[in-house]
Amino acid sequence: MSDQITVIKPTGKLQFINVAELWGYRELILSFVKRDIQVRYRQTIIGGLWAIIQPLSTMVIFSFFFGHLAKISGGGVPYPIFSYAGLLLWTYFTGALTTSSGSMVASAGLITKVYFPRIIIPISATITGLLDYFVASVVLIGLMLYYQIVPTGFIFLVPVTLLLTWFLAMGMGFWLSAINVKYRDIGYILPFFIQLMLFVTPVIYPSSIAPNFKFLLSLNPMTGIIDAHRAMILGGLPINWVGLGISTILVFVILVSGSAYFKSVEKYFADII
Amino acid sequence: MSDIAIKVEHISKRYQIGENKTYPTLRDKLMELPGRLFKGPKKNKEFWVLRDVSFEVKKGEVVGIIGRNGAGKSTMLKILSRITEPTSGQITMYGRVASMLEVGTGFNPELTGRENIYLNGAIIGMTKSEIKTKFDDIVEFSGVGKFLDTPVKHYSSGMYIRLAFAVAAHLDADILLVDEVLAVGDAEFQKKCLGKMSDLASSGKTVIFVSHNAEAISKLCNRAIYLKSGELIYQGYTMDTLGEYYKDSSANRSEYIGPLSIDIVIEQILINSKKTQNISIKPDENLKIKVLWYSKRKLSNFRLTFSIYVGSTRILSMHDVLDKPNFVKGNYVSEYIIPASLLRPSNYDIYFGGYQPQTKSWFYGNSGITLTVLPVWSATNEEANIGIVNISNGGKRAKYI
Repeated sequence: MSDQITVIKPTGKLQFINVAELWGYRELILSFVKRDIQVRYRQTIIGGLWAIIQPLSTMVIFSFFFGHLAKISGGGVPYPIFSYAGLLLWTYFTGALTTSSGSMVASAGLITKVYFPRIIIPISATITGLLDYFVASVVLIGLMLYYQIVPTGFIFLVPVTLLLTWFLAMGMGFWLSAINVKYRDIGYILPFFIQLMLFVTPVIYPSSIAPNFKFLLSLNPMTGIIDAHRAMILGGLPINWVGLGISTILVFVILVSGSAYFKSVEKYFADII
Repeated sequence: MSDIAIKVEHISKRYQIGENKTYPTLRDKLMELPGRLFKGPKKNKEFWVLRDVSFEVKKGEVVGIIGRNGAGKSTMLKILSRITEPTSGQITMYGRVASMLEVGTGFNPELTGRENIYLNGAIIGMTKSEIKTKFDDIVEFSGVGKFLDTPVKHYSSGMYIRLAFAVAAHLDADILLVDEVLAVGDAEFQKKCLGKMSDLASSGKTVIFVSHNAEAISKLCNRAIYLKSGELIYQGYTMDTLGEYYKDSSANRSEYIGPLSIDIVIEQILINSKKTQNISIKPDENLKIKVLWYSKRKLSNFRLTFSIYVGSTRILSMHDVLDKPNFVKGNYVSEYIIPASLLRPSNYDIYFGGYQPQTKSWFYGNSGITLTVLPVWSATNEEANIGIVNISNGGKRAKYI
């Protein structure tokens, strides 16, 4: 007989994330991630290759239209590798954001039938895409060999930018997945929003081409992260520490507020989903 | 440590009407705005699903919760399982809690049986090492060993449920919260589930079992709680509680169950042109049953079936139409005629039901109307003819030479 005691009572208005409880549920998070990875490419012909095709084909099209025809500079590195280094992280970010935003509604069956901390659902939805990131980075290594780019020591800081992107996807995912439970409009707004965000994030172009709008661009947390991610990998570009700092602050604001919002409204989920 | 396993104190749960049904969109909210500026915030209608329910369950007790549809039993179970929050009140539970509101929660059709055992186990709260040690038992109990590495989308529904129940049944917990999971699967499997449930019960686990199946409750539970419209009406020994439940519900016990019970509404039943809960007829009277019913949607091949019961035995059943016509949504009237002198004096219950073969959808239940055939004896209905069905003239006798 375990001496575990469960107390159930109405919770207050403002709730915060319980990290200790989440740690206790780490096996469930891993199970969800494993499930998503297992299911993902089942019944596909080329399976995991899809992880590469998406950023690679986008890179080819960008290189032709923006690099070759519109002559947008790669800020010192060849345009294909410049755009691929940005797309790699951008693809992970948008994928993670999309799946986590829809994750609560997609898991309605679970939410109404079994208890576990609900926040596990959007968290695990952001982890699955990391595998695609690692698969797709093989192409980046190939491009670096082809263009003979030698990384500097900063490449060891790349995980930091990946971690920040993960946190941002989670934070925004908490907000959007919770709102989506009540207002399904999110499902329609998000693809459009992501499309717009691509143009205010330095994926296609280096942020140096818009010096007058530097501050405005830096309000987009992905700006600093994408810039730093690219600079750390490709070496030749300067790392904008200020931009990365602003992004880090914004990421944590979104992450903390998102988790608090999610925790505060999660008690209604089973009733309204 | 006391011998209390579950302590439920003054639990109430309120819903806002409509909250469950529609998904409000931002547009709806925006459209409301002009009205709100002038009239103040829109007041939603409130609805109490549970009101001030308190009870205690001792360790090792098996307690049943019985009540009609909408009585709040499932909400009580959802609150106990922490799926939804109470509006007020407090529950304290001592020990590891496992809930089985539905077997196979989170099963993924693309994954194999093996993968689903691990996934479902994790979802219902088992650790990986726990699942590993019980894996062989689970597979054996489910009987799907041969298909362990086949995606469960290829399983028959029976195999699927067996595997799902097997995982849930091996969850090691002190307190088990069980919904009518036993209502699924074939008769043999239901028996197996009931057997497993009573094993669990006799092994000293505390069990809360929610059902409208009085028989299952009487078999499994030593104590029972009767909920009606969100309030606790009676708690005590199972037999006493069931007695209260029957006594209380005999006033109007029309209760239709099954998926179609939402779509088909029996609105009025006229017996020999009278609208009544209890009808008495003489044995030589015809019995004409007229049913006004409503179908909320289009139904194909649907027949409304009328049945007469004595206790739990069905004496007869008949359909309103011979062919199986298609119906559109709307009001219908069906008629049944039972010839005179068919039923012998006794008390009968009238049931209605229907079945739709395409979707395997059905509804069925007691109409709440009791029929009494009066003990009036005559040449065609002799008192000495014991039984249920009346045969007016016996055989023939002649001298045997």
